[in-house]
Amino acid sequence: MIAFEHVSKTYPGGAAAVHDFSCEVPSHRTVVLVGSSGSGKTTLLRMVNRMVDPTEGRVLIDGEDVRSRNPVELRRSIGYVLQQGGLLPHRTVLDNVATVPVLVGETRRAARGSARDLLDRVGLDPELGSRYPAQLSGGQQQRVGVARALAADPNILLMDEPFGAVDPIVRRELQRELLRLQGELGKTVVFVTHDIDEAFLLGDEVVVLGRGGRVAQRGTPAEILARPADDFVRDFVGADRAERRLTTVEQGGRRVVVDADDRPVGVLGP
Amino acid sequence: MSWPVANWERVVSLAADHLVLSVPAILISIVLAVPIGRLAARRPRIGSPLLSLASLAYAIPALPLLIILPALLGTPLRSWQTMVAALSIYGVALLVRSAADAFGAVDAELRDAAVATGFAPRGLFWRVDLPLAVPVLVSGVRVVTVSTISLVTIGALVGVSSLGTLLTDGFQRGIAAEVWTGVLSTLLLALLLDALVLGIGRLLTPWNRRARS
Repeated sequence: MIAFEHVSKTYPGGAAAVHDFSCEVPSHRTVVLVGSSGSGKTTLLRMVNRMVDPTEGRVLIDGEDVRSRNPVELRRSIGYVLQQGGLLPHRTVLDNVATVPVLVGETRRAARGSARDLLDRVGLDPELGSRYPAQLSGGQQQRVGVARALAADPNILLMDEPFGAVDPIVRRELQRELLRLQGELGKTVVFVTHDIDEAFLLGDEVVVLGRGGRVAQRGTPAEILARPADDFVRDFVGADRAERRLTTVEQGGRRVVVDADDRPVGVLGP
Repeated sequence: MSWPVANWERVVSLAADHLVLSVPAILISIVLAVPIGRLAARRPRIGSPLLSLASLAYAIPALPLLIILPALLGTPLRSWQTMVAALSIYGVALLVRSAADAFGAVDAELRDAAVATGFAPRGLFWRVDLPLAVPVLVSGVRVVTVSTISLVTIGALVGVSSLGTLLTDGFQRGIAAEVWTGVLSTLLLALLLDALVLGIGRLLTPWNRRARS
């Protein structure tokens, strides 16, 4: 379990990125932090692996303050996936995936062996392992990024807009893949995005952030859709958008679901 | 064309002397300039003055340097050590700026990602910064290589044997062919070493070729 306790981050010069944020991420669940730029979501994510230290408050992992941990060892114990993949361009795909196991002292040969299995696991042909990142498509690079984050079998996975830079079709594919993987692995996932649809798709719980890390609302996607806490959340989740306001009409004995513009979007199950 | 043909053994032996002076100087320049460059790129407050100071060394005239150095280092005047030390000073002066640029050009986001993945500072230098700095470093080393090869000839003025000896000897004895042989063989040696550096650079950066293909 990850717990944020009244954390604040003020940068020198007085800019407050996060102010008095508290939240718990239960083990084996996916919590999505969603907000526009300036909401402090990435700052919050980076507090977990000590890429950023809070100026006030603390972050606990299983009850232990991350500040008591050696930052390098802490980072090796947490999987991290970021937007541009962050792959090392001078290392082959296989060596990229094997990065953390090799850093913690596994032999290169053993680490490459498990890396091959991981590529398969994230839906990549293990034959791609001998290529360099620049020889892969954006979507493939993101898969490699996920494989690398999983290589040391961490309990926690931090994902910073990992699918933000790929086209919508590939993004959809990667999101499905992540759901499948999470179903198999059950990691504790903190996922950051500005895309509310992505947040609703992936999150067991969603935290909608306003400016400066203010929690506008937290809850399951259904709870947030059903009762937006205020106008900010209503606007952010697009609760008033036509495709969010569905009604059903009778058509040939089936209940057809239509949106507020009367466009059919599906049929009700039996 | 008869002079070089008649004296080829001497030319080869002087070329060997030339290499014995220049190659160690080039290597020492790299070993010294890389940490200074990295310091300048990551810690500009300490590194920048150091960088300016090192670059300024290039302005020291060669002949006085060759005379001052023995006094400072306690090495004999016409010695290999003095010559290599002088060449290294010029080499470092030429290379520090490109070394700083090489490390400065490493993508900050990429370094950040490497740190977040769990690289410790030392691993970050050896496994991320240094390999990624190689392409720019190599272009700097090529300049230093060619410059060092040509600078070695100055040693002939104080009596350190190299291909430059053909120049001084040719001038003194009025043998134009000898002077030409000295000029052309120095040029050839510079081209060969430059190609060698380029080749080593290619070997060290396999990802650059593969990515383009």
